[in-house]
Order: sequence, then structure tokens, then C-alpha cells
Amino acid sequence: MYKIILATRYLLKRRITYFAVLAVALCVFIVVVVMTVMAGLVNEFKEKNHSFAGDCVVGTESLVGFAYYEDFVKLIEQQDFVEAVSPAIKSFALKRRRGSEQDDVVEIMGIDPVRHSQATGFGDTLYYHKDDVSGTFEIASDANLAGCVLGDFMLLQDTNSRYLSETSLPRIPYSISCFPLTARGALAQAGTDMVNTKTFYFSDQSSTGLPRVDGSIIYLPFEEAQLLCGMAGSTKRASRLHIRFKPDGKIEAGCEKVRSLWQKFRQDKAGEIQAYSLDTVTVQSWKQYRRASIAPMENEQTEMSVMFGFVGITTVFIVLVVFYMIISHKSKDIGILKSIGVSNINIIELFSEYAFMVGILGSGFGLLAGWVFLLKINPIEDWLFEHFGFQLWDRTIYAIGDIPNQVEFKILAIIVVSAIAACLAGALIPSLQAARQKPVETLQVGQL
Amino acid sequence: MSKDDFILKAEGLHKSYRMGATDVRVLKGVNLNIKKGEFVAIIGASGSGKSTLLHILGALDKPTSGVVTFEKRDLSRFRAGELNRFRNRMVGFVFQFYHLLDELSVLENVFLPAMTDKSIISWFACRRQAKNRAKELLAQMGLAERIKHKPYQLSGGERQRVAIGRALMNEPRLLLADEPTGNLDSATGNGILDVLEKLNRAGQTIVMVTHDERIAQRAGRTVTLADGKIEHKNSNNL
Repeated sequence: MYKIILATRYLLKRRITYFAVLAVALCVFIVVVVMTVMAGLVNEFKEKNHSFAGDCVVGTESLVGFAYYEDFVKLIEQQDFVEAVSPAIKSFALKRRRGSEQDDVVEIMGIDPVRHSQATGFGDTLYYHKDDVSGTFEIASDANLAGCVLGDFMLLQDTNSRYLSETSLPRIPYSISCFPLTARGALAQAGTDMVNTKTFYFSDQSSTGLPRVDGSIIYLPFEEAQLLCGMAGSTKRASRLHIRFKPDGKIEAGCEKVRSLWQKFRQDKAGEIQAYSLDTVTVQSWKQYRRASIAPMENEQTEMSVMFGFVGITTVFIVLVVFYMIISHKSKDIGILKSIGVSNINIIELFSEYAFMVGILGSGFGLLAGWVFLLKINPIEDWLFEHFGFQLWDRTIYAIGDIPNQVEFKILAIIVVSAIAACLAGALIPSLQAARQKPVETLQVGQL
Repeated sequence: MSKDDFILKAEGLHKSYRMGATDVRVLKGVNLNIKKGEFVAIIGASGSGKSTLLHILGALDKPTSGVVTFEKRDLSRFRAGELNRFRNRMVGFVFQFYHLLDELSVLENVFLPAMTDKSIISWFACRRQAKNRAKELLAQMGLAERIKHKPYQLSGGERQRVAIGRALMNEPRLLLADEPTGNLDSATGNGILDVLEKLNRAGQTIVMVTHDERIAQRAGRTVTLADGKIEHKNSNNL
């Protein structure tokens, strides 16, 4: 009991302790704010990738696609763990806006908007057809015209406008040119007419929140894309299948089941003419499929964690120095306590409790300040932008809305435990030194 | 006198310190017996080793060689925990510079020894009793009105009386006082000696170290320490 009383009194009476508390609070504040924002950005980024890909992707990176996809779609749709499947065409094309002399290389993605919205979050990324995705590629003024959906970054580059007026949607024609390929990868049309070109009219814009996707992809109706790419022959081909599992299932387990089904499907199709096109097909979870995009962000988060590990080490040294100073001033007290029978372990416990209190108070203040700051981080950024034109993240580059400020209790718990552990670690050496002090030396007249 | 009457015996105590390349021999074979209920003054010049002897008798320090027995038990055979209990229960120290904890009140300083060997739960079970004992001691010392004060708000004499109260808190068999009046004026010092005499009359065994012969005369027996050895023993007539 005396340890708690003495530790509390030392805490309240020694002003130098306030510096230790302040140092811990500042470190906790910085770590809470940065880790919360960083974790929020990473989680948001992952969620956007998940939404873009669905739960599982069966596909090939080959531009010729793979055959017999319709049979596999039927097989997959019969599975009780599958919610929806959407076949897609992926290829590269030249895009030219009418009136422009410039051709841009774009990635085309042929989809059925209804099926794709069931299997992925595509419908939610649309600007005009969010509520009714069936009309995504329809041009209201002329039912015979084919529509296309542009990523919003692409639209921004084309029109210098982020959003176009819904009431007067302009008719913007784009000619899309593709090189159709055979199942073996050769040009499907020899001679001068080897390029398939068709005009599509702007019908909507998509904002996935993934800048590379929104800056490079143009969505086309599935059948049109299949024709353009030469995949619409007697044996139709597709590039990939996006699959969404039922909500109660685990994604990895679902992917494993799809892998088994795919292996069996391949064996069943082994004797077919275009069975070779199945060789390059892989079954991946959304994380594996988007690994190239997610990995750098996760690495960045790891680097940040390591950097803030160094902040923690700094805290250890600050506490060590402060406790070293405190204990060197308290050597007389240590002698007195030992003269009345206090053991070395109790001396260590006394200063450890003192350090624990510094850790609790420091992390408490740091958490509170961090939490309040995170609550107000968006209004603060808005105010800075309004008055000084300053933004933490340029929204034309980073596809984020508000700065993520959702505090994760797991992260908070880790930070608090780390801060307290840092305080205890910092106090350990001075405490051991205090415990080793001999009372006869500390109580000598010369020591006073 | 029966051999059993001795509460404390020191036999052939030697103590030396290493100072640079040389050994400084402070005690050179001290023999000393203290009977129960005695008031012994150890007198000697500054640097004669009297405080060192007192610290060894109270197990705050260890002799280089020699034996100290307390109630027939050899202190050198005590384990660390037993030594802590010995310092907590069997002896009470009074120092020249009082050595009170500034962060604690007068009352807390006095009942501190009663807290040190107790867990939170056992302390809550006996805290009322301990506080009452501390208040009683402070009342005996004439400090009933000062229990909530901090040590720095007291005079030197008052602080020393608080230190005596703390030393007596656990009703120790032996009270060891190291120059208890050394930092006080003569009138205040006499007051402290009155307290010690009163305690001795009530049966408390006291060993006091002083360099002042007049103060030593207040004890029942005087032992002179010179050049690390007991030189002269004298029974004072009180």
C-alpha cells in the first residue's frame, strides 16, 4: 500500500515527472493519430479493391482469354456458397474522342452491368445509374447506340470536369479500336482490316476510388467487348470470372472450393479443342488478385509501424533519463525505506508502480488528445483548405473523401500497452540501481 | 548477570573499507554486549567508527569479520527476507538528520513501518489499529496537533520526535539512535534525551551513539570507542 501512496506522491510532487508524462502523451498522441489515419487509409484501400474484384477471381492475364467459361459459370452458379458470378472481358484498346487527333491506350473491360454489380461493387461506383444499373450502357436519346462507362479520372482528363450535368448528359462519342486475337493468340483478321473499331457514347462514369483503375479503364457492354476482341466465335471466350460468395462464408474457404471445382472442370475439358486455353487460368482471392496494388500500401504501413517503433524507443530513453534524475534525488528515501525493512524487490516495485502511473497518465492524456484531434481532423482540414488552401492529401491525386478517423480499439490497446511497457522498460535500469543502493551510503551525512 | 540477559552481542567485529589502493580499517575487533532494558551510549570522536558499529548492530551494514547475535541468533546467517523483517520488527532507527519522507504527512511517516510488510488487503484489515497506535505515539511525543503536517513544516526537535515515533511504531526490542541530538540546540536536544530516558524507564533497550560526553552521561552505561576498538566501559549512575 505504501508503494502506491509513495508513487502517487512522487508523481504529484515532482515536477520533472510532468515532463515524462508529457513526453509519453505526445508520443501516444502522434502514434494514435498517424496509425489511425494510416490504418484507415489502408483498410479503405483494401475495401475498394475488394469491392472492385469481388470475393474471388477466376481468370487469365492472357489477352486471348479462356474458353468454356459459360460451362464453368453454370457449374459455379449451382454451388450453394456462391451468390453471383460475372464473366468479364479484359483487353487493351485505342480510344479516340471524336474531334480529337489523339489516340490513348486504355484498358477495356466488357461486362454485363447487372451481373457485374451482383458479383462486385460496380453498381455503387456509377454516377448516373447507381439505382438502376440495367441501363448503364443505354443512350436515352437513341436505343441503337452503344454506351460506355469511363473511369472518372479518365473523364477528368478528357473533359476537365469531374462530374457532368445529369440533366443535360452530353453525347460524347468515343471510337474504340481493338486487335482481335484467335484462341492461339494470332491476329484474327489478316490484311488491312485487322483492327475492329466501334463507336461508343459516354453513358456514365465510374469512381472506384482506385486512381489507376479510374484513370485507365473504360467499361463496355460484354458482348460488344467480346466481338471487338475476337472472343465471340463459335467457342466463346472470356478473360475472367468475378465471383461473390454468400455473406456467411469465409472468402479463403470459398476460394479453395472454387479451386477444387476448377481442377475438376479442367480435367473434364481436357479432351476439348481449346482445352489449352485453360492452362493459364488461376483461381485467386481478391487479395491475391489485387496483390500488386495492395502490397505497396501494406509495406508503407509496416514501414510506418517500424518508424513509430523508434518513437517508442525514444519514449523509453526519455523515461529512463527522467527516472534516473528522480531516483538520484531520492536516494535518501531509498535508504530510509531500507532502514525500516523494505526489500530490494519492493524498491523496484515502488519505482515500477511510479513508472506505470506515468505510463497510464501519459497514454491517457495522449489518447484523449488524439481522439479529440481525430474527431475534428476533417473540420480542421476543411478550415485549413478554406483559409490557406492547404490539404493533407490532394484529392485530385488521392481518391479519398474524408480523412479516415475511425479509431480502432485494437490499435489503441496496443499503443497503450506499448506506452506503459516503454515506461516500465525506461524505469527498469534506474529502479535496479535504486534497489542496489546501500542504506548506509545513502544515509551518510555526506550524502545529504 | 545471566548470559541470557543479553539481547545483543558483538564479538570480534572488524570493518574495513577500500578507498582507492588502501584499506581503511574502521573497526578493529569490537566486543560489545547489550542487556535487555539497557540504555547504552557509545561515545567516540568523529571518524572513530561509532556510526559504523551502530549500522552493523542494526543490520544496515555487514562486518568484514566478527559476529553479531541478536537474542542468540547470528545475524550473518539471516537471509535477505529475515534481515528485512529484523529491521522492520526488531530494531528501530533514529538518525541525526531525522530522515523523514517529505512526501508523507507526520502521521504517515510514523505508521510507515507498519505498512511495509503488508499487502493492500492486510493493510486495510489493520489500518485503523496502526493509525491509532501512530496517533498514540505522536500524542506521547507531544505532536498530537501536528499529525497532518508535512516534515518540512516542523522544527528540528519535532522532526526528531516524529522519527522516534516511527522507530517505535512496530514496538522494536532495540532502539538504535545515531547522534539523535546532533542537529539540535541544547534545549531541544535535552527534550529528546528526556524522551529516550522515559522510554528506557518503560523497558525499552536503547543504544545511542554520540560524540558528546554530557549527552552520553544521560545513558545508563557509556562505551568509548577509539581507533576502532572499545577502549573504556563505564556505568553511569542515574
